[in-house]
Amino acid sequence: MRTALVLLFLLAVASVPGSMLPQHGTDPAKVGQYISQHPLLGPILNRFSLFDVFAAPWFAAIYLLLFLSLAGCVLPRAFRLAVSARAQPPVAPQRPARLPFGWRRETSLSPQAALAAAEHLLAGKRFRLRTGDGWLAAEKGYLRETGNLVFHIALLGLLTAIGLGAVFGYKADVILTEGDGFANTVAAYDQYHPGRAVAPGDLQPFSVWLDGFHASYIESGPLRGEPSSFSAAIRYQARPGAATHRYDLQVNRPLNIDGAKVYLIGHGYAPVFRVTDGHGQVALDQAVPFLPAGSSDFTSEGVVKVPDAHPLQLGFVGVFLPTAVDAGGRLTSAFPAPMNPAVSLVSYAGDLGLDSGAPQSVYALDTARMRRLPIAPRPLLPGQSMKLPNGAGTVTFTGYRQWISVQATYDPGRFPALVSAVVAIAGLLLSFLVRRRRLFVRVSPAGPGCDVEFGGLARSDVAGGFEEEFAALTSELGSALPAAPEPAPQAPDSAPPADGSRGQSATTSEDRK
Amino acid sequence: MPVNIGLARLSDHLLLLTVVVYSLAMLAYAGELAYGRRRVKAAAPQREPELALARASAGAATAVTAQAGDGAASAASTSGGAGTAPPRPAAPAGPWVRAALALTAVGLSAHVLGILTRGLAAHRVPWGNMYEFVTAITCGAVIVYLVLVLRYRAHFLGLFVMVPVVLGLGLCATVLYTAAGPLMPALHSYWIAIHVTAAVISSGIFMVAATTTVLYLLADRHARLVAAGVPGAVGGIMRRLPQPQVLDRLAYRTVVFGFPIWTFAVIAGAIWADQAWGRYWGWDPKETWAFITWVVYAGFLHARATAGWRGRKAAFIQLAAFGCLIFNLVGVNLWVTGLHSYAGIS
Repeated sequence: MRTALVLLFLLAVASVPGSMLPQHGTDPAKVGQYISQHPLLGPILNRFSLFDVFAAPWFAAIYLLLFLSLAGCVLPRAFRLAVSARAQPPVAPQRPARLPFGWRRETSLSPQAALAAAEHLLAGKRFRLRTGDGWLAAEKGYLRETGNLVFHIALLGLLTAIGLGAVFGYKADVILTEGDGFANTVAAYDQYHPGRAVAPGDLQPFSVWLDGFHASYIESGPLRGEPSSFSAAIRYQARPGAATHRYDLQVNRPLNIDGAKVYLIGHGYAPVFRVTDGHGQVALDQAVPFLPAGSSDFTSEGVVKVPDAHPLQLGFVGVFLPTAVDAGGRLTSAFPAPMNPAVSLVSYAGDLGLDSGAPQSVYALDTARMRRLPIAPRPLLPGQSMKLPNGAGTVTFTGYRQWISVQATYDPGRFPALVSAVVAIAGLLLSFLVRRRRLFVRVSPAGPGCDVEFGGLARSDVAGGFEEEFAALTSELGSALPAAPEPAPQAPDSAPPADGSRGQSATTSEDRK
Repeated sequence: MPVNIGLARLSDHLLLLTVVVYSLAMLAYAGELAYGRRRVKAAAPQREPELALARASAGAATAVTAQAGDGAASAASTSGGAGTAPPRPAAPAGPWVRAALALTAVGLSAHVLGILTRGLAAHRVPWGNMYEFVTAITCGAVIVYLVLVLRYRAHFLGLFVMVPVVLGLGLCATVLYTAAGPLMPALHSYWIAIHVTAAVISSGIFMVAATTTVLYLLADRHARLVAAGVPGAVGGIMRRLPQPQVLDRLAYRTVVFGFPIWTFAVIAGAIWADQAWGRYWGWDPKETWAFITWVVYAGFLHARATAGWRGRKAAFIQLAAFGCLIFNLVGVNLWVTGLHSYAGIS
């Protein structure tokens, strides 16, 4: 338990840099920015994987150690539990009243009757009992060991469940424009992160179509422009030829298909362009997803590439403004909803460089072999066109559609992980809160009745509640054992009566020391 | 649905009233410490809260006091180690304490009403941004304190709980203030009522536990100074506090109560994360610090169960855990960007 907790603590400390520094996994752009801003520190941090903490070898080392320690602990602990499950409480000491908690009384009952009364009381409290000649030993709190073992096994189960998800699960992202659809295949995804054991054929054969997307925003007050709801109307098919269902996909409302889940992750605008080239042919007529630039007004940026334009290929760098307003000669967006959509384009002609074979981002224009056309960008409203100079063609902003980014995940370990976590916590609480305690009773004949000594100790008393339990037990025992009618003349080794009450005394080890 | 402006304004006024009344309560608690009458003279001046603690914590122990003089009672009272004073009915609370408790109750009513009206004004769970988190956590702390007063007569905590509560609410009214409004879509889930409520309640509990632990450390230092015979150590405010063991045990029980709720908050958060983001655990800064907080509190519970780590060392671990909790609330919300960017403060 201690090793496991120390390693858990180490895991916690090791995860601190992962929460303070930008991480490759969540925001690679920020990592690059950080490294360029800290030319001295950045590369050193990078060398020690501090920008990818949760995939770093030293992080893996800690949780593998944790795994090993748990696995190594479970077997011996199981043996110990099996032994203690059948273990008998130890023989009562000669003078139980001298234990950390002690009590004695002279009673009119016979030794056998007194012992039977004590046995009845303790058995009723579900103590494990062992009796001998004139003595009784009781023990309780074995659940502590059980809790300890359960915690170890469940933690092992949790790590296994996480591993299960990493090996047999997958995660994939795709941008979906209104009117389009995708099938759950590797080729359809923009990003695809399969687990080690996932083959392309293992993906569930579902398909999803986006019919429409609606975002609403707060229109007045101090929170104006903050989003208030997102909703995507989709249709899906569990497998080709199966029935088509409709679903309202929302944040916090994923779609579950055959164990795979489809999430609404993001959204944006895709202005639709029609480009006529220098030969008068329509070289492009489609919606081009623009990415939000990060501001709350949803100004979006994007690139239009027209490789089919002749004689020269065309390219545009554009800005989409959902609610365009003229702010002192500068065009900005005043609201994230499309109340007055406009687009502004900078035009290039030349070679897009797509044939070179080098991979290109669809969101960046390589202008190395292109020439900027001498035409000032001006805002185009839906339906408006811009004639390019030198007979290069015409570009028309015909309208806009919206896109959503969708994530499909499959994680077979999520339910086992939940169960393991709950069981681990339950085991941990058991082992923290249950106290292991022993009680002993010894009776010896004295006068007409007998002398009863009662003592106890807690092997682990975290909450400090044992003295109350002991006090409650002594009072119950006291009422079960009627006091001797008169003080015995020669009570052996009897302490002077405390508190003026007769024939009995309560002691603590502190008093005796 | 639009925000109900009238209710939102009422909520703001109620919370301002809360700060004022709590401040008065704080003064009354301070008055009790400074001028309140001595509790019990002579033999065991500081035993009462402890006895109340012992009596209330186990139902069966009440039977012990009923049979006072039976010997069993003195077994119950030996935990302090020192005396064999038989339990006596606790002295009635003095006028300062009664005034302070009444003010606390009035303040709490305004506090609860302020939170309720905020929720009604915005038609949602009233903990969706930093302002509302702090308002709710301080409310939780005051409720926990009053429960401890009822169960353990722990009104000696009053001043020390009220100081952070008033400071927190003061920050709410000034720095953290956010107008009532609807939730961002990422929070549109019934899980907010489960996950955030559990986090808020456990934070309130841990806040009271940490306050008690600070008092424990002070009382412990004082007790050691007195034991060492340092002149001038005897007397002062510390004489009005219960014995260190009593504070230690009270703090421990409070953490034991809060820990499962915090654990539940983390697990509920993981389930919600699976619903909202497609993974149950992603080492988001908030998740990371919730995990760190959990591990350090688990470390505290383990330390308490380990010989040699009890007392001061365990107390420092608990304070470190509370530090992690506060960093997760303040630091992660305000300075670290992550998925949990709900502070509503720009």
